[in-house]
Amino acid sequence: MSNAVSAARPLAPVTRRPTFKWGPVFDHAILIAGSAFMLVPVYLAFMTSTHDAVTVHTGGVQALPGGSLVDNYATVMFDGLGFSGAVNGTTMMLNSLILGLGFAVGKIVLSMMAAYAIVYFRFPLAEFAFWAIFVTLLLPLEVRILPSYEIVQSMGLINTYTGLIVPLVASATGTFFFRQFFKSVPDELIEAARIDGAGPLKFFLDILLPLSRTMIAAIFIIMFVYGWNQYLWPTLITTNEDYFTLVRGIKQIIQVWVGSQIPEYGQAMALAVLAMLPPVIVVVVFQSWFIKGLTESDK
Amino acid sequence: MARLHIDQVSKIYTGTQRAVDAVSIDVDDGEFLVLVGPSGCGKSTLLRMIAGLEAITEGAITIGERVVNDLDPAARDIAMVFQNYALYPHMKVYDNMAYGLRNRGIARDEIDRRVREAATTLELGPLLERKPRELSGGQRQRVAMGRAIVRNPAAFLFDEPLSNLDAKLRSHMRVEIKHLQRSLGITSVYVTHDQLEAMTLADKLVVMNAGKVEQIGAPLDVYERPASTFVASFIGAPAMNLIPFSALGDDGRLGLRDATVATIGFRPQDIIEVANDNEDGDGLSLRFVVDAVEPVGSESYLHGKVGAERVVVRIDGRAPHREGDRIGIAVPSERLHAFDADGRRLEGWRTPDAVGDAGTAMRKTRAT
Ligand SMILES: Nc1ncnc2c1ncn2[C@@H]1O[C@H](COP(=O)(O)OP(=O)(O)OP(=O)(O)O)[C@@H](O)[C@H]1O
Ligand SMILES: [Mg+2]
Repeated sequence: MSNAVSAARPLAPVTRRPTFKWGPVFDHAILIAGSAFMLVPVYLAFMTSTHDAVTVHTGGVQALPGGSLVDNYATVMFDGLGFSGAVNGTTMMLNSLILGLGFAVGKIVLSMMAAYAIVYFRFPLAEFAFWAIFVTLLLPLEVRILPSYEIVQSMGLINTYTGLIVPLVASATGTFFFRQFFKSVPDELIEAARIDGAGPLKFFLDILLPLSRTMIAAIFIIMFVYGWNQYLWPTLITTNEDYFTLVRGIKQIIQVWVGSQIPEYGQAMALAVLAMLPPVIVVVVFQSWFIKGLTESDK
Repeated sequence: MARLHIDQVSKIYTGTQRAVDAVSIDVDDGEFLVLVGPSGCGKSTLLRMIAGLEAITEGAITIGERVVNDLDPAARDIAMVFQNYALYPHMKVYDNMAYGLRNRGIARDEIDRRVREAATTLELGPLLERKPRELSGGQRQRVAMGRAIVRNPAAFLFDEPLSNLDAKLRSHMRVEIKHLQRSLGITSVYVTHDQLEAMTLADKLVVMNAGKVEQIGAPLDVYERPASTFVASFIGAPAMNLIPFSALGDDGRLGLRDATVATIGFRPQDIIEVANDNEDGDGLSLRFVVDAVEPVGSESYLHGKVGAERVVVRIDGRAPHREGDRIGIAVPSERLHAFDADGRRLEGWRTPDAVGDAGTAMRKTRAT
C-alpha cells in the first residue's frame, strides 16, 4: 500500500478486534427456533409423503426422502379415493378452491356492502344493526351450527355448493374491519365526490373500492385460508363424495382401515402437503400486494 | 358565472343553537367574497350550505337565477376547494381533474382539452401522470384548484385552502388565487380565519362572529371604519387598542358630544410618540409604560400599559426604548374610533367644533 493512501486515512485503526456481541446471537437463536418449530412438521410431512404406506406403518414418520414421491402424488391426484373411490385429489382440491374462493369473495362483498350502508347512510336502527352484527363476532359458527344445518337442510341445499358456502358468508369480522376503514376515509373526499357528481354507487365503485384494495387483500388472505380449512361445516353439509373438500378427504384416507389394509399414510401426507399449497400461494401473492398497499401511504 | 344571493339563511344543527344566524349577503357576478371570523363562528357552515353539503334550516340561497336550497351539490354548478385538498388518492392528477367532467358526460376530447388548458394555467403539465401522494403540498393545492377550474362553474367555493401551507407558499398561492380569479372572472366565496388573507383577497369582506354577520364591506372600508369592537379587534394586526372611555379620565377635552361612548379605539400605527408630559398633542394624549419591546425588522412594537389598560404602539424601524420606559403618546383625533356600550361603532360623536379644530387641536385628554 502506498504512503499516499495510508496517509489519506490516518484515523482508520490499523487493527481493531471487533467485540463479540451476544445480542444478535440470542436474537437469531430465537428466530431459528421459531422457524424450526414451524418448518419441521412441514418437512416431516413432505418426507413422509415420499414413502409407501408399509414403511410409514412400521417405521413411523420419516425424516429422509423415500422412493414413492411420484407414485403417491399421482395416486392422490388422479386415482379414486375414499369408500367409493369416486373422487380423486383433483376434484377435492377443486371443491376446496370453490369453497375457499366463494367463502372469501362472498364475505368481502357482503361485509363491504354492509359496512357501506352502516357508515354512509343514515337509516333507523343503523347503530343497532351494527352492534347486532358486532355481537355475532362473539358467536363462532359452531354455536349456531345446528340451526344453520336445519335451515340448509330444509331448503334442500345439502350436497350443493350453495349450501356449503352461503350460510358462511355473513361476516361480522369483515363488516367490522371495513366499517373502521370506511370511517377513516376523510369526509372531504366524499364531499368532493358529491360535488363532482358521483352518486352513492359511483362513489362506492370509483373511489371507495379502489381505496380499499389493501383492506380487501388482507381480508381475502384471512378469509380464504379460513374457508379452505373449514372442516366441521363441510362434513355436515356434504355426504356425497363429489362435494368433499381436501381437508375432509385426508381424514377419509386415514379412516380406510378395513381388515388387514393399512391406511395409506404416505398418500394422506401427500394430500396434506397439497392441501397446504393453495393457501401458501394466496398468502405469498397477496402479501406482496398487501405490503405495497401498506407502504403507499395516505388516503 | 353568476350572482349569489344569500337571504336570511340560518343553520340549526341541534336544539335551538344557531350555527349561522339570519345571514344575508349579496355577491355580484365575478366578485371575490371573503368570509372571515374566529374559529367556530359558522363560516364553514355557511359555505357548506352554499355548496349543498349541509341542509339549509331557514332562508334561501340563490345561485344565478335558481334557488338551490333543494338541489344536490352536483346540480348547483359550483366547485369547491377543500382545506385538505380532498384529491382522490388512487387517481392520477389528470383523472382527478377529469373525474367531475366524466360524471357529467362531457365528451372525451373536450375533457382532455379542458384538463390540459387548466394544467397549463397552473403549471401542472409535467405532473399530470403523477398520483397525489407524489406531489408537494403546494402542487396538491394547485391540482385542487385545477379540479375546480376545469368545471368552469358558476361559483368557486374555498374553505381555508391555504391553511396547510407554510407561510411563504401561502403568500405566493394567495397572489396566484387572486390572479386566477380575476382572469377567470368567476364569482368566488372564500373562507378563512386569517385576516391578512381576507384583506388581500377580498373585493367584499364579511366579518362573522358567533353565526352573525358583524360587517360587510370593502376590505379597506372595514379596516378604516370597523362597525364594532369585535371587527376592530379582529381586522388588522396587531389589533386595534380598545380602551374603556372611563379609563381615559376625560376632562372634556375630547369634545365629546355623544354621551353613549363607552370605548375608544386607535390602531398601533396611528400612535405618535411625543415628548413626555407634552400637553399640546393633537387629539388624545396619554402616558404609556413600556412592558416589552418586539422588533420585527422594519418596525417595532411596544407592548405596555396606559393606566391599567394594555396598549400596543408601533414604532418605525428600531425602537430605542427599553422595558420600564415611560413615554408620552398621542393619537390624532381623526384617527380615533368610538363605540357604544354594545360595541357598536358611533359616528359624529365629537362636536363639530372639535372635528373642525382637529388641526389646531387644543382639546385633549390625559390618562390619570
Ligand atoms: N355537524 C355538526 N353538528 C353539530 N354542530 C356543528 C356541526 N358542524 C359545525 N357545528 C357547530 O357549528 C358552529 C360553526 O362551525 P363551523 O365549522 O362553521 O365553524 P368555522 O367558522 O368554519 O370554524 P373554523 O375556523 O374552526 O373552521 C360551531 O359551533 C360548531 O361546533
Ligand atoms: Mg371551518
